[in-house]
Amino acid sequence: MSTVWFIPTLPLAGALVNILLGDRIGRRAHWVAVPTVAGSFLAACAVFTRAWDGGSFTSRLFPWIVAGRFEAWVVAFVDPLTCVMLLVVTGVGALIHLYSVGYMHGDPGYARYFAYLNLFVFSMTMLVIAGDFLLLYVFWEAVGLCSYLLIGFWYTRPAATQAGKKAFIVNRVGDFGFGLGVMWLWTVLGTLEYGAVFKGAETLAPATATGIALLLFMGACGKSAQLPLHTWLPDAMEGPTPVSALIHAATMVTAGVYMVARSHALFERSGTALEVVLWVGTATALFAATVGLVQPDIKRVLAYSTVSQLGYMFAAIGLGAYAAAIFHLVTHAFFKALLFLGAGSVIHGLGGEQDLRKMGGLSSRMMTTTITTTVGGLGLAGVPGLAGFFSKDEILAAAFHSGHLVVWGLLLLGAFLTAFYTSRLLFLAFYSDPRMSREAAHHVHESPSVMTLPLWVLAVLTVVAGLAVGIPSERGTRLARFLEPVFPLHGESPDGSIAYTLLILSVIVVAAGFAVAWFVYLASPVRADTIGRPRTAFGALLLNAYYVDRLYDAIIVRPLFGLATFLAERFDLGGIDRAVNGLGAAVVGWAAATRRLQTGYVVNYALTMLAGAVLVVAFLLSR
Amino acid sequence: MRLTAVTFLPALGALVLLLVPRRAASVFKLGGLVVTLVTLLAAVPLYVGFDDRVADVQFEEVRPWMPGVGISYHLGVDGISLLLVLLTTFLMPVALASAWHAIEDRWKEFVVTMLILETGMVGVFVSLDLFLFYVFWEAMLIPMYFIIGVWGGTKRVYAAIKFVLYTMVGSVLMLVAILALYAQHGAATGTYTFDLPVLTRWVLPPGLAQELMFLAFALAFAIKVPLFPFHTWLPDAHVEAPTAGSVILAGVLLKMGTYGFLRFCLPLFPDASLVFGPLVVALAVIGIVYGAWVSTVQPDMKKLVAYSSVSHLGFVILGIFTLTPQGLVGGVLQMVNHGLSTGALFLLVGMVYERRHTRLIADFGGLWSVAPAFSSLFLVVALSSLGLPGLNGFVGEFLILVGAFQTNPWVAALATSGVIFAAVYLLWLCQRVIFGAVTHEANRGLRDLSPREWTLLVPVVVLIVWIGVYPSALTGKTEATIEALLAQVQSKANAQRVSVGPPPVAPAVRPLNGMRDDMWTAAGSRLVSGHPPTHSGSPRASDALRLRTTTPAPRTPLP
Repeated sequence: MSTVWFIPTLPLAGALVNILLGDRIGRRAHWVAVPTVAGSFLAACAVFTRAWDGGSFTSRLFPWIVAGRFEAWVVAFVDPLTCVMLLVVTGVGALIHLYSVGYMHGDPGYARYFAYLNLFVFSMTMLVIAGDFLLLYVFWEAVGLCSYLLIGFWYTRPAATQAGKKAFIVNRVGDFGFGLGVMWLWTVLGTLEYGAVFKGAETLAPATATGIALLLFMGACGKSAQLPLHTWLPDAMEGPTPVSALIHAATMVTAGVYMVARSHALFERSGTALEVVLWVGTATALFAATVGLVQPDIKRVLAYSTVSQLGYMFAAIGLGAYAAAIFHLVTHAFFKALLFLGAGSVIHGLGGEQDLRKMGGLSSRMMTTTITTTVGGLGLAGVPGLAGFFSKDEILAAAFHSGHLVVWGLLLLGAFLTAFYTSRLLFLAFYSDPRMSREAAHHVHESPSVMTLPLWVLAVLTVVAGLAVGIPSERGTRLARFLEPVFPLHGESPDGSIAYTLLILSVIVVAAGFAVAWFVYLASPVRADTIGRPRTAFGALLLNAYYVDRLYDAIIVRPLFGLATFLAERFDLGGIDRAVNGLGAAVVGWAAATRRLQTGYVVNYALTMLAGAVLVVAFLLSR
Repeated sequence: MRLTAVTFLPALGALVLLLVPRRAASVFKLGGLVVTLVTLLAAVPLYVGFDDRVADVQFEEVRPWMPGVGISYHLGVDGISLLLVLLTTFLMPVALASAWHAIEDRWKEFVVTMLILETGMVGVFVSLDLFLFYVFWEAMLIPMYFIIGVWGGTKRVYAAIKFVLYTMVGSVLMLVAILALYAQHGAATGTYTFDLPVLTRWVLPPGLAQELMFLAFALAFAIKVPLFPFHTWLPDAHVEAPTAGSVILAGVLLKMGTYGFLRFCLPLFPDASLVFGPLVVALAVIGIVYGAWVSTVQPDMKKLVAYSSVSHLGFVILGIFTLTPQGLVGGVLQMVNHGLSTGALFLLVGMVYERRHTRLIADFGGLWSVAPAFSSLFLVVALSSLGLPGLNGFVGEFLILVGAFQTNPWVAALATSGVIFAAVYLLWLCQRVIFGAVTHEANRGLRDLSPREWTLLVPVVVLIVWIGVYPSALTGKTEATIEALLAQVQSKANAQRVSVGPPPVAPAVRPLNGMRDDMWTAAGSRLVSGHPPTHSGSPRASDALRLRTTTPAPRTPLP
């Protein structure tokens, strides 16, 4: 039993306590939930010290599924990448647990909420430490379950339960691919343990590697909301905001990035698969950023932003810049969690209002929230010095240096859009004139310190994370060097002057996005009621997220539903069952017909016997 | 004597209860419960005492019955039937306890019928004599007929007759095949016997006779499973049966079909199994997807669950006919899983039916607000049924799919799509029944689970979680049996070929990382009979005993 097992078991214990004794614990549920995750964070720190020098270890618990040659263990694999993920999951997780104490205060499902949230941290840490593809798959689905439960947490709202179900099913579509990929992997390699698989990956035929990698990537598209399986994430905003911060921004949705980065050996063996990842990521980054430009709902802006930033991470992976992808994953976890928590604080202060059109002028009433959220926004936009600046720049540089100039250009355009929609959000919420009702304005209040403390911590992290580990050097960033055992560094750093030019270019782009937003929403503000009312077809296209949901409804959901109805009502009852009953009826009919022969008259029988006898005799005589 | 005890304890109990004068129903309720619990207690030592390293039949009992015609009273369990006996004895007390208030009249008859049914079901699983097996197989129809026909819903007589007639059609053909096999074996060897192990050791020449016998057996079992398109009796029977009947019907009776394929079709008719394997697999996969689709649009909860059984049992059949260790282990495990999950779903639907006297999904909604305990268990069971990892359903489904993938990736892909649709119909069911706001006033006062209902659900849910986390407890018991079964099928199918053409290509056997080396090597040398197991063979070939890829057996009888 290695220390690493404490990391998941603590939250699991917390979840079990709150599930089984939730009725009794009630309002005190956080006394169970928060310490367990904090303990989990400490355990993660302890594990981190063991992998500090780039070492890795495996810890086996028990054989889980054994059937013939198939063997899958409950096994943990810890290396620097695991440590980074663990620290992010448990660290941000602990902060969000703390924040939830204030945000969910007074909710009738308080204990249930913390039970689910603990269950999530358990599942997510297991996903990260899993040392085997099957175990990864298990907790991949388990985090999906937690997501389902938490999106539909307010189960009396039809929209929430609908969104939860949608999230689960869309993820299942992705997992369909993931599952097949795992089966294929086992069929060709005879093992699912990381070490053996990545070693064996070199022996695979490139076509096989491509097939497996693309199937795995299909799972990643589901979990990390990439095109074309992104539709569930914006709807997932129906869940409580801390959930959006933890699951749908900082941790769970990055599982796809983690998985693909983890199995980079497979993707590299294929090559084609990496190219697909690159283009899906780039397309998603731009696609979602454009949709985020016009959304009137504060959480939906952030949701599309998350989809877009995940696209950046996949683009980085597609470029082979795995460390940059993980770096962006980490900084994104900080600033996006911060933005969501800040948005949650705003929603809390406004009594549940999420509409940007009914906000404005909050800077004077919610000082802490304004400062911290602005830091988060600047981090996302990529303002120099903040975490997002360094991580995004790593990705852009990787695109440029690897010669993918089109990708570089598109991602740079994405950076402009990011700066624009982030500033738009900040301006509309905090800095423009108040647009809420007098009644609502009266009640605006700063959130309690149990909520602002996590905001401060995340704001500090957003400021320092980039400076601490992200400054590029001859041999990559400090994080890249730490991750070197997992992602071998290849190629020397390009020459300095180009790097500076690129930096300056991206700063200009960010500034431009900022300036346009400033002009549209602050200097000469548009009327609030025109927001969310598209004037052009293109505006409507963006506002409706390119009508993808409606498209899926029209070409997949409805036809399948119609087919199912036809099968159930016409084919099954009118076809198969009728045939069966018809067969029965035919037998009955035949029996009824032959029954007439049994007339009961002895004379008839005698006559028949006579006729038969005559026939027999005639037959014998005729021979 | 242990198996005899487990088999006939319920019948003995029924006999004793028959002598008790009809007084208060509670005497019979308690009596029935005690008898089934004692039977369960008698069955548990079977699990404990079963040696999982041995593939042979254990707890064997042989006694001559009608020696003149080669009929004996031959009982025994192997790793497959052991689990099904346990499942049966476990579900019986649960089913009886679920009927506590649901059955209102004729408790004496109800308990006696249920107990006789239990003897019939256990008997089917432990019989190792074809004649004895057939007796139990047919005997068990009668009590089920009464359970549906007497204690069922409004269209109960139609459903009961349909169930019995449909099953009988298959059974009669099977009887013909049994007699034909008996005659052929007798003619070929000079010993006329119904003894299954003896018949299994004998190699039936491939050809028309074997194929016809296979088809007759397969039809009987396919109707029982039910395999698409023989499934239409199932929704009717389930909807009309009382909850206890549905639990047993879904939990145990359907397994007799899948069990029959494993116990009789594969080892007795290996060549025909190979010939018709693709057809059976195709029907299974159609059933997986078709059952799921049709489930989705059912307005009645019981019908929804009934059609979902068609989908789930499609998985079991698919697993069996992959003829890989993974597929078979998964299939056997999935039989147990389906019994637990679907059994529990029927229990839950029954509980809500008792309160509201409707099963229409549209009449519910928002149950979580009024009955949180019921709703959370409903959700757990639904998740287990849709194959959520960590719960039982996943392990079986995954192994089946791994097995299928080795034989044909496209089949595996089609079957895997069934997993998506399972999420669709089950989560949509949950959404409409337990989530949302309370839409019907009548639901507002719904009672949550009573202590009795808790007691009968908790063991099921505990098993659902336990199997999900530690499936080896069950799969460990079946593995050796399944390997032996596959080896037997392989060697019998080969036996014909070896004498005709060149020896078959030795299936490459690659040892595992450590643990199971010896076993696999042993199995390997058994398989290739004389050819030492190669360690460097291509990994793809190693597991799927390559049954499907070997050359087809010669159809003509050998000189």
